[in-house]
Amino acid sequence: MTEKTVLNETHRALGARMVDFGGWDMPINYGSQIEEHHVVRRDAGMFDVSHMTVVDLHGARTREFLRHLLANSVDKLKVQGKALYSCMLNEQGGVIDDLIVYFLGEEFFRLVVNAATREKDLAWIEKQAKAFGVEVKERPDFAMIAVQGPNARSKVIGLLAEVDHERIKKLGKFAAAAAQGPHGMPLFVARTGYTGEDGFEIIVPQEHAVALWQALADAGVAPAGLGARDTLRLEAGMNLYGQDMDDTVSPWEANLGWTIALDEGRDFIGRKALEAQKAEGVKRVMVGLVLDDKGVLRHGQVVLTANGNGEILSGSFAPTLGKAVAFARIPTGEAGDVRVDIRGKEVPVRLVKYPFVRDGQPCEGI
Amino acid sequence: MSEIPGDLKFLKSHEWARVEDDGLVRVGISDHAQGQLGDLVYVELPEIGASVQAGHGVAVVESVKAASDIYSPVSGEIVAVNETLNDKPETINEDAFGDGWIFLVRASDRGELNELLDADAYADLVENEDH
Repeated sequence: MTEKTVLNETHRALGARMVDFGGWDMPINYGSQIEEHHVVRRDAGMFDVSHMTVVDLHGARTREFLRHLLANSVDKLKVQGKALYSCMLNEQGGVIDDLIVYFLGEEFFRLVVNAATREKDLAWIEKQAKAFGVEVKERPDFAMIAVQGPNARSKVIGLLAEVDHERIKKLGKFAAAAAQGPHGMPLFVARTGYTGEDGFEIIVPQEHAVALWQALADAGVAPAGLGARDTLRLEAGMNLYGQDMDDTVSPWEANLGWTIALDEGRDFIGRKALEAQKAEGVKRVMVGLVLDDKGVLRHGQVVLTANGNGEILSGSFAPTLGKAVAFARIPTGEAGDVRVDIRGKEVPVRLVKYPFVRDGQPCEGI
Repeated sequence: MSEIPGDLKFLKSHEWARVEDDGLVRVGISDHAQGQLGDLVYVELPEIGASVQAGHGVAVVESVKAASDIYSPVSGEIVAVNETLNDKPETINEDAFGDGWIFLVRASDRGELNELLDADAYADLVENEDH
């Protein structure tokens, strides 16, 4: 059974090409994926991300529970509204999912997890929460719209109640706050995203989502599909769960070491395995690749290095750069001349540090 | 989707063939196919002078989403390729049945054209694919 977001009819009326995405009927583009990519880099675009799962956690021991559940440390969240990106690991140190956690009160945290992993995430979280007496409540009553691009914030702020303008304008990166939207609708506005551009991700009660989408469109925000979202996040150097990491891959092997907090005395799930892996030496690394010649790097292509073979995880044509880029997982060590097997032909590629693009501009060395 | 020109013949794999006044066969992909592929970013054209066989891969089109082999509807020799596509692969998205043609073949056996789908049969094929 394919699930539909509350904006499904809106997408269809806009002539979107719809595809199945993790069991959801979602717009891949509304015409040209590349145009939608550019509009986010240059102006403002919006994505329906209502398929993502919002989970609210309540209880006196919620912070203590999250210290145990997450590889990043919720103790970094000191101010109400602040958000943190983290992996949720199994005992082997494999990534069950990546998520964002919001600190909304000492007894109230909010998680946003991936759509495709919803069931296993909820089962895992509920299982772990029992010992802490934390209430786990999914919020299917919410829709979510991501508004991204250099002009995204000003266009959103223009739609908010006058009294909220200054406060939301001052909202820091990776922080969220409540605000009043068009017709007084209650919004949860977070300065986060998955494109490498500034902007907001807005959680809105389902019954107001269509009106919010329409108001954003009237303010000059262009609809953008999941196709553009994928090339934008790849250029921005952001992992996609299921493609760049999964239950069998540790954060060390997915270039997510920066999200692991090995703070003194915190016993989080997967910590022992991560420490053992580090002590032993991590055998695989995730790297960035650029193809300067014509052709497109794609998921599953074999990467040849001096140390043995690896494979491409996320790979695509990068519209901002006009050439193909990819993430690959290869054996640790000096890689030498790196080549990719594209339909039987060995093509030389450059190994680079990513992100490939930030704030609309190619990064140095790309 | 746009009208399918009546003078075209099709492979089930969505290539079209048009017999020009000089008898040469022009080949491209259908409007339906470009829509399925999405924005094209790269076209690998055949060499002029290369000999091709009906039903065999001759060119490759790559969109942001996927790579797709292009089969020749007829056997013969490549006499021209659409160089515009090197710089502007999106021409196929914009005009699949016209300016977005891919290569031109001097057919060695025009009888092969009779085995292709006509415009109506191709329209039926696309219709069924959508359901």
